[in-house]
Amino acid sequence: MSVIPGTPDPFAEDRGGPAQPLLSVSALYKHFPVRKAGGRKQVVRAVDGVDFEVLKGETLGIVGESGCGKSTTAKLLMGLIARDTGQMLYDGQPVGERSMPWRSYRRQVQMVFQDSYASLNPRMTVEQSIAFGPKVNGVPGRQAVERARALLARVGLEPKRFAGRYPHEISGGQRQRVNIARSLALEPRLVLLDEAVSALDKSVEAQVLNLLLDLKQEFGLTYIFISHDLNVVRFISDRVMVMYLGRVAEIGPSDAVLAAPSHPYTRALLASMPSLDPDNRTQKALLAGDPPNPIDPPPGCRFHPRCALAEPVCSDAEPPLGAVAPLHRVACLARQPGSGHSAAPARALAA
Amino acid sequence: MTQPVAASVALDGGVLAADDRAHGQEAAFVPSRGFWGHVGHRLVRDPVAMAAGALILAVVVVAILAPWITPMDPYKGSMLRRLKPVGDATYWLGSDELGRDMISRLMLGSRLSLFIGVTPVLIAFVIGSGIGILAGYVGGWTNTVLMRTIDVFFAFPSVLLAIALSGALGAGIFNAIVSLTCVFVPQIARVAESVTTGIRKRDYIDAAKLSGASALTIMRVQVLGNVIGPIFVYATGLISVSMILASGLSFLGLGVRPPEPEWGLMLNTLRTAIYVNPVVAALPGVCIFVVSISFNLFSDGLRSAMEIRQ
Repeated sequence: MSVIPGTPDPFAEDRGGPAQPLLSVSALYKHFPVRKAGGRKQVVRAVDGVDFEVLKGETLGIVGESGCGKSTTAKLLMGLIARDTGQMLYDGQPVGERSMPWRSYRRQVQMVFQDSYASLNPRMTVEQSIAFGPKVNGVPGRQAVERARALLARVGLEPKRFAGRYPHEISGGQRQRVNIARSLALEPRLVLLDEAVSALDKSVEAQVLNLLLDLKQEFGLTYIFISHDLNVVRFISDRVMVMYLGRVAEIGPSDAVLAAPSHPYTRALLASMPSLDPDNRTQKALLAGDPPNPIDPPPGCRFHPRCALAEPVCSDAEPPLGAVAPLHRVACLARQPGSGHSAAPARALAA
Repeated sequence: MTQPVAASVALDGGVLAADDRAHGQEAAFVPSRGFWGHVGHRLVRDPVAMAAGALILAVVVVAILAPWITPMDPYKGSMLRRLKPVGDATYWLGSDELGRDMISRLMLGSRLSLFIGVTPVLIAFVIGSGIGILAGYVGGWTNTVLMRTIDVFFAFPSVLLAIALSGALGAGIFNAIVSLTCVFVPQIARVAESVTTGIRKRDYIDAAKLSGASALTIMRVQVLGNVIGPIFVYATGLISVSMILASGLSFLGLGVRPPEPEWGLMLNTLRTAIYVNPVVAALPGVCIFVVSISFNLFSDGLRSAMEIRQ
């Protein structure tokens, strides 16, 4: 299975079988304390109760506007910042406990960062950066370098030319290929791509996306793909999760979510995409104003101050994630039977 | 949606291949100069830094060879030939208050002056970088405790601190070095801490954490290479301060003891002759001035050579 000599088959580590989610996150919370001028302690509710699952072999896209908690979620998943509460099950094992300590979890879950330059050590050659991970995990120096070179070749960078280069000597697209190679150096099963192609220009972005698809198939990877670019997410994702202000607004198969969005926020997001057809330009803004302050989110549904469907009931209770179709769940009272919202479907239909 | 992306699959290989051809096959392996290579390259093109460096090198060579190349015995005085002026036929740079040859004493004096000027900075560079990098990388309470302790030292002016420590420990070269090291450790630690704090949040540090490396490995492999440059520049700038402080200690009788020649001490013993032969009396001071300013200029050159952010 593997192109890298002397490494085990990634599928050999599977424990729970194909039906068990690779990563299952429930009730994930992260509040950052901030001190306001008055001296009172307040918190930014960056991630405020997020639940989702990542299935084996799929690509889960996470979309949302700036400040909705995408990147905080990524850092929580990687353990770069500690979660306040919540549980993460990796292939059925609770992460951070004895059966799945962070150390062994991280060998199987790696991350590619947005800023290709900041994520490479400017004083290390490309090869050294890639070989660093295997080396600290006990792979002998020469073997680690060999692995680095094999991976460089695999991501389309000829080792002879690129191995000894420093990050500033190669282009942005090449750097991001190096970052991808580094994330694969530990033979992970899950790769978290946090805006990994957002900083690249369009043609390079397309090349890197195709590379990601090839690698996924070849190494049997699962991706979490965070982006604000709906086109890219639609291209690469099997399922999409839409976040708004630290919570999940909608999650489901990407065809369903992006073709027939249920949540008013997803609709606004999709409608805000610029059209290529000049006769079909968006004339007026569908979404007014900025997202509310995550220090003091609105009561009830967080989206109701900006929502076209808002009714008094929306400010009373936070809408739970309810199924509108198999696998497609939406946090909107207007889609949930018996919620008290006038647009809610009748109870019988939803069953 | 997939159409444009699919089209560029072919481009992917194509673009790289074209790129290859453009560079030519012989250019395929270009050994990269690396960061320090670039710094050296820029440094040799800086005339001021090179002149300062040459002067430092000359003084170092003289200091090393001093016992063999002094024209006269630096310890042998003559009551009859005291305070000869500069340009004397026998004593090229005159003679001191005990009739000893100035040029020989200045040459031999450079040894101790350089030694007690450079050694404290070197030791402080190692200790201070260690403390600073640890505080900066670990952050939190460790940082607070270490840096606030360091701050206590900043409450005293460095001259006062050096004199107080040296006085408490007693006169002597070793004690002078210890007290000067204590003066410089906090300053270097402060710089190391701020540089390290600056890079601690970079993505590549996060990436290294994700690879499962221990904090010590990350500090050694990922952090050190990125912070050592600025700290080193700062430390070379401190050498001039150290030399002046060391001379000051010797001047006060807390450093080197007579009859050992050392520039600061020579300045002290010659001060009584300042009205009789001011030029000779000023010579050790000129040496201290020239060498310390050379260290400063070299340090400045190094700093600007390292300011290549690609």
